[in-house]
Amino acid sequence: MTIWLAVGLGTLACYLAKLAGLSLPARVLERPRVRHIAALLPIALLAALTALQTVSSGSRLVIDARLAGVAAGAVALLLRAPFIVVVAVAAGTAALIRVLN
Amino acid sequence: MSPEHRSPILRNALAIGAATGAYALSFGALSVAAGLSVPQTVALSLLMFTGGSQFALVLTLGAGGGWVPASGSAALLGFRNAFYGLRIAELLGRPRGWRRLLTAQFTIDETTAMALGQAEPAASRYAFWATGLSVYVLWGAGTLAGALGAQLLPDPRALGLDAAAPAAFLALLAPRLRGREPWLVAALAVAVALLLVPVVPAGVPVLVAGLVAVAVGLRGTP
Repeated sequence: MTIWLAVGLGTLACYLAKLAGLSLPARVLERPRVRHIAALLPIALLAALTALQTVSSGSRLVIDARLAGVAAGAVALLLRAPFIVVVAVAAGTAALIRVLN
Repeated sequence: MSPEHRSPILRNALAIGAATGAYALSFGALSVAAGLSVPQTVALSLLMFTGGSQFALVLTLGAGGGWVPASGSAALLGFRNAFYGLRIAELLGRPRGWRRLLTAQFTIDETTAMALGQAEPAASRYAFWATGLSVYVLWGAGTLAGALGAQLLPDPRALGLDAAAPAAFLALLAPRLRGREPWLVAALAVAVALLLVPVVPAGVPVLVAGLVAVAVGLRGTP
């Protein structure tokens, strides 16, 4: 039930954000402060999610094969690899390290 | 619009759809690995239909977060679509009634980029809908295929899927890291989130990291 609740509420919130842009007068969203925060929000969230998914496990911080996988994915990004390649390189590296251990 | 104007737009729309379809494969697989069912996973792609938010939601749930941080982080990431909506309203001439409700659902990164890239209003409208439909169909199909595929896997960790998730976020983040302020916000968000991991419930560190963006935005805007 928790999952369906999260899916429903998250979907509703995301839809309302899309609809707000089409419905609200432009001046509400065009304020410099609102624009600035909106540009920074994805950066903060994506950076936090990247870090948490790499080194946290429940309420602990752990270093494991994920870190090596993400580092390999970062190298692929620097080499301008497409999205699916970045993800595959990260997964493959982590899987390989686990096999070798 | 003449056919010779339409066909390059259509080609681009299909190419973008194919790329997001591949991305959807990884979303479907990660969602099932995070503990969502196949119907829940596909429902997200068809109803929420905005990739970053979907990833945030399923991975927060997978990390043990409750419905508040899960839907909250999805909502915060989805906030940017409001700004795409502004541009789309200008380009498509402020749609009304049921048209507006439908246009809203398709207002995402890809459709906005394609609509903005056209020289005339008719081409923008065509690009918006062609890209929207192409991405919607292939995003849904890719999600279903990825979710069904992941169900067959004995242990997602053995395939390194738990490293694929943060790599996906990193790939979404990388193009936004231009200039000093984005790097500062990213570093602060990471530090705050990691410091909070041992002391607050799962999922909450992401929401607090979002407040970092709000705080920096409020301070730094003239």
